[in-house]
Amino acid sequence: MSARKIATPAAQAAAVKSAMLESGHLTDADFDAAHAIEESLNWHNGAKVVARAWCDPAFKARLMQDGTAACAELGFEGPEGEYIVVIEDTPEQKNAIVCTQCSCTAWPVLGLPPDWYKSPAYRARVVREPRKVLREMGLVLAGNVALRIWDTTAETRFLVLPLRPPGTEDWTEDQLAAIVTRESMIGVSLVSAA
Amino acid sequence: MDGIHDLGGMAGFGSFEIEHHEPTFHEPWEETAFLTNIASIAMLGAYNADEYRHSIERMPINEYLPARYYERTLIGVTTLLVEKGLLDKADLDRRAGASVRVSQPAVANIDDGLSQSTTPRFTVGDRVHVRNMHPPGHTRVPRYVRGHSGTVLHVAPLFKFPDASAHGLPRRKECTYHVAFKSRELWSESAEAEDTVVVDLWESYLEESP
Repeated sequence: MSARKIATPAAQAAAVKSAMLESGHLTDADFDAAHAIEESLNWHNGAKVVARAWCDPAFKARLMQDGTAACAELGFEGPEGEYIVVIEDTPEQKNAIVCTQCSCTAWPVLGLPPDWYKSPAYRARVVREPRKVLREMGLVLAGNVALRIWDTTAETRFLVLPLRPPGTEDWTEDQLAAIVTRESMIGVSLVSAA
Repeated sequence: MDGIHDLGGMAGFGSFEIEHHEPTFHEPWEETAFLTNIASIAMLGAYNADEYRHSIERMPINEYLPARYYERTLIGVTTLLVEKGLLDKADLDRRAGASVRVSQPAVANIDDGLSQSTTPRFTVGDRVHVRNMHPPGHTRVPRYVRGHSGTVLHVAPLFKFPDASAHGLPRRKECTYHVAFKSRELWSESAEAEDTVVVDLWESYLEESP
C-alpha cells in the first residue's frame, strides 16, 4: 500500500482540467459549450410542461403520446432527454421515479438531480419500502392508492405529471407553474395550492 | 458486475436528508468534474455514457458509498481519461501534489451470443421472465429483478446494448421494455398487494415467462 497522500477532490478536479487544457484535448470553448448545456437543464422547465398539460388538453394528449416531442415544443430537449416518457398520477395510482444503479434523470425537464435523489439510501430503499420512504418525505398515501415506482435502468427518462390541486380551476398557466415542485415531478410529493 | 452501485432493495441505509433551496453544486470542484465529463463525452467523444457509468461502478466499495455524487463522477472521468491514454496518472499526481484516485480495472463482458433482433420480440401485455445473469462487466439489469417475472407495459425504441457498448463490443441496438413487477413478487408479503415496480430492460435480459 502506498503511503502517499490522497488528492482532495478539488486538487484532482483542477489537475484533470489543467491537463486536458494544456494537452489540447479540450479547449476553453469546449468547457463553455458544456456550461451552456448545464445552464439549459432546469426543473422549472418541467414545471412549465406540467402547467401547460393542466391547461391545454391537446398538449396533454401529445405529451402522453410522445413526451420527447411535446417537451421539445416548449424548447426543452438535450442530453438525458432523448426519450422522455410522462407518467400521469391519478386518484387511484401514485408514481415515483428512481435510478437505483446511478442517478439517471430527465435533465432537460428535471434539471440536474438533488442530493437526496442521488443518495444510496433513496436508491436502495424506494423500490423496497416505498410507502415508508414517501412517509418520511411527508407524503402519506391512502391504503386504496396503488403506488408504482419507476426505476430508470435504461434510456427512457421519466417525468411524473402530478395531479392538479383542487381550487386552482381559474389559475393561469404561469400561476400553476409557480406551484409545481421538482419533488412532485419526481413523484415523492403532491402539488399544493396553499 | 454484481457491484455496490446496484443498490435496489439493499437494507441498512436509514433515512436521508432533504436540503431545501439546494444549489446544483455544493463546491466549485463539483461543477468542474461535471463539465469535464460533459466535454469529454459530448465535445471530445473520448468515451461513451455506458463506459462512464461503468467507470464509477468499478470504484472500490469502501470508497463508493461515502463519496459525494460528483466525487464519483470525478474518479470515473479520471479513470477513463487515463485508461484511454489521454492523460498520464503520474502527471496528474504531480499536478495535484498527491495521488489522484482512479477505479479498479474493468473485467470485460464477453459476447453472450444471444440472438439480436431490431424488431421487438415482446409486446405490451406479454409476461416476461428476467434471465438469471451475472456478467462480470457492465450491465443494467438490477439484481432485484433477476429470476422474476413481470408484464410489459411499454415498448421503447432501439438503444445501444450497454453490456456491449461499455466494453467496446460490437452489438446492434435493441428495444427496451418497461416491465411491471408486483412488489410482492420481488419482496414477498412485506410489500403492499397493489404496489408495483417498473424496470426498463433491454431485450437480451428477457425471455418468455415459463
